[in-house]
Amino acid sequence: MFDGISTQLLFSQLLIGLINGSFYAMLSMGLAIIFGLMNVVNFAHGAQYMLGAFVTWLLLDALGIPYWGALFIAPVVVAAFGLITERIVLKPLQDMDHLYSLLATYAVALIVEGLVRQQYGSTGLPYSTPIPGGINLGFMYLPWYRLWVVLFSLMVCVATWVLMEYTKLGAYLRAATEKPDIVESFGINVPRMITLTYAFGVGLAGLSGVLAAPVYQVSPSMGSTLMITIFAVVVIGGMGSIMGAVLTGYLLGIVEGLTKVFYPEAANMVIFVIMILALIFRPNGLFSGKERSL
Amino acid sequence: MTRIPAILLIVVLVILAPFFVYPVLLMTILVFVLFASSFNLLLGYAGLLCFGHAMFFGTSAYITGQFLKVTGSTLEFGLLAGVLVAAAMGLAVGVIAVRRSGIQFAMITFAIAQFVYFFLLQAEFTGGEDGMQQIPRSALFGVIDVSDHRAFYFVVLGATVLALALIYRIIHSPYGEILRAIRDNEERVESLGFRPERFKLVAMTLSAGIAGLAGGLKATVFQFATLTDVSWTVSGEVIFMTLLGGLGTLAGPAVGAGIVIFMNDELAQFGEWSLIAQGIILLLVILFFRRGVVGEIIAVLHKRRAGRSEGLTKGD
Amino acid sequence: MTDHATGKVFAVDDLKAWYGESQALHGMNFDLGEGELVTLIGRNGAGKTTTLRSIMGIVKNRTGSIRFNGEDLINKRTFQIARAGIAYCPEERDIFSALTVSENLSLPPVLRPGGISDKDLLAQFPNLERRKGSMGTKLSGGEQQMLAIARILRTGSRFLLLDEPSEGLAPVVVKEIGQQLLKLKALGYTILLVEQNLRFAKSVADRHVLVENGRVVDVMTTDALEADMARVKSYLGV
Repeated sequence: MFDGISTQLLFSQLLIGLINGSFYAMLSMGLAIIFGLMNVVNFAHGAQYMLGAFVTWLLLDALGIPYWGALFIAPVVVAAFGLITERIVLKPLQDMDHLYSLLATYAVALIVEGLVRQQYGSTGLPYSTPIPGGINLGFMYLPWYRLWVVLFSLMVCVATWVLMEYTKLGAYLRAATEKPDIVESFGINVPRMITLTYAFGVGLAGLSGVLAAPVYQVSPSMGSTLMITIFAVVVIGGMGSIMGAVLTGYLLGIVEGLTKVFYPEAANMVIFVIMILALIFRPNGLFSGKERSL
Repeated sequence: MTRIPAILLIVVLVILAPFFVYPVLLMTILVFVLFASSFNLLLGYAGLLCFGHAMFFGTSAYITGQFLKVTGSTLEFGLLAGVLVAAAMGLAVGVIAVRRSGIQFAMITFAIAQFVYFFLLQAEFTGGEDGMQQIPRSALFGVIDVSDHRAFYFVVLGATVLALALIYRIIHSPYGEILRAIRDNEERVESLGFRPERFKLVAMTLSAGIAGLAGGLKATVFQFATLTDVSWTVSGEVIFMTLLGGLGTLAGPAVGAGIVIFMNDELAQFGEWSLIAQGIILLLVILFFRRGVVGEIIAVLHKRRAGRSEGLTKGD
Repeated sequence: MTDHATGKVFAVDDLKAWYGESQALHGMNFDLGEGELVTLIGRNGAGKTTTLRSIMGIVKNRTGSIRFNGEDLINKRTFQIARAGIAYCPEERDIFSALTVSENLSLPPVLRPGGISDKDLLAQFPNLERRKGSMGTKLSGGEQQMLAIARILRTGSRFLLLDEPSEGLAPVVVKEIGQQLLKLKALGYTILLVEQNLRFAKSVADRHVLVENGRVVDVMTTDALEADMARVKSYLGV
């Protein structure tokens, strides 16, 4: 197809890019929702994603609960963790400079990652795929589970978007993102809404962790490196823009995959280069349309 | 009046210290005192949270090391090379990152630092995962031999004191005033006809340069440079030091750096608990003692002084 | 339902409020009877808007008592105060730019029976009907003001706090808003109105609370106000 590059390699890297993009999209969406409503940069997002994967592994290892059960249980467990974090750590800081909440979530990430590493060590734990096998498409081999990840995450992103744009709850959230005081003056319990929104965003990170368990190794550091990439994605897409985060997530996953084919040395840097270019040429974010970009 | 004996005491302690404590530990503390102070210049006085300060520290460590190895020049030129590269980097990062205000500055610097990390991982001269070994500790000015740890301690001490004096000058200059005004109310400073971006860029450059000096010293103290020096854990650690010691106070970062390095040294045998403890203490500081150790002490002293003068006026 | 002791539906007693270190209200006292329309009058910075924001609990650092239907609201959160039956229309109108006109209108939840239905609201404010699908902040100033008033009517709250609905609007629109207020008064709503436009205030209100430096300096009926305009103008600084 292209000089010296096999179709096989191209498509398999595209698939990996799409898989990575799915995680970027889901994670940056949660980050953007939390930032939009609370002005909190959730540094614990990566740790919460890792926690989702670990809970999945633990459910199977300790309780014998398989993947399909974990898909429901783990996000709820992680969301509950988020709920407690919001109540104990973020609520007391909400009227302070937002730098404090950022640093507090960073501290939470340190604690969570440290505790998991202390308990289970740094080496990755394997989690076997719940949908073995795949299909040979002629130009590439497509494992079923990877297809499932792409489709499921797409579904989650679309569902969240519909929830935000077309439901009453979404209208409350969009309104509270702009003027929380006024929304509360209508009789809506905004403090509780904030707690639940944080828990929802954290739950999304947990859900991504469940999806990731069979794809990547379950390890304590799986979240921290990924999260730096997610930050870049959110910065490129425009902070607080949910659609921007999702689209940028998929796009960058694919760009990264393609870079691996054509210029492998730059693969782990390309997203950051794009971020720098985006900041120079589109300082307000690629998709900062109607949503505010702070 | 109680100040002069206190300062004298500190001077005597600092000079005698290497005869009682392992000089390398002391030098590590000094290096991080310098590093944390450079970070504090940005966050404490300009309100800019650079969550990737290790990029200046670590890059300079590599540059200093490489310069000394390749050119065989004297120590001061090696350090100067590291400082200049770090300062230039600070300016470049600043130009990119000040485009977004407030909290996004932290995310952008965090991401750029990761980019630098990957770049240095792949650059050949750094030795990748193995790091850069056998960095020569050349003679200072070509004549002063510093191969002995205790002798080198005084060089590091001198450099630290000079850099801290520079920071003190910056903070107490008209420029420092404006920087603090920007931190407190950027729009107002802008409405007075200043351009906040310029001031922030100068602060970034200065802070990165000083962080670079710390990195260069670190490379010559240990005679190696590794990827850890550029990693986000070190960026996080320097934030921890500054907050623990006391944000926006001159002595705070020094005290914080001392405590953290000492704590790391003690907790090293407990593995992960060192990081966990850092997280827990950081959280407690943020939630309950945002002024940090030095800030809390100053607050108590102020209260006592205010109480005393109030008592006097009431007595009148 | 009014407070049996005073016969008043709403009473503020020794209300003090702070923005950070600086005190904005220094002990406000005034009350409203059921169905009454009362204005807060005073110059810029006198503390009128702060009074409304303190009543709603948006300014959280406040002391004193705020009695509504016999219940003290001083320790309640903003959403609880709204649920107690007080609706607030802020000075900047605060229409949401990320929401369409109809989303803006139907955003406040129905808190109690007696709220005006969306259909009736659109009939009452025909301009909004025509622009239902536009984004909220694309409306003109007058339309935004109508929307800001209309949306709080659906909650069912019978006590309205309105912050300068006439501000920055053309005389024709001000007149229309005045008519809407009189209509609401006729329907039995109790209204506390912040105003700087004296003419507008006189045309709609029963009584006027004169505010200066975070204190109530006088309370006058509209007739008394007419009779002593010089005094009022000295307070307003016009």
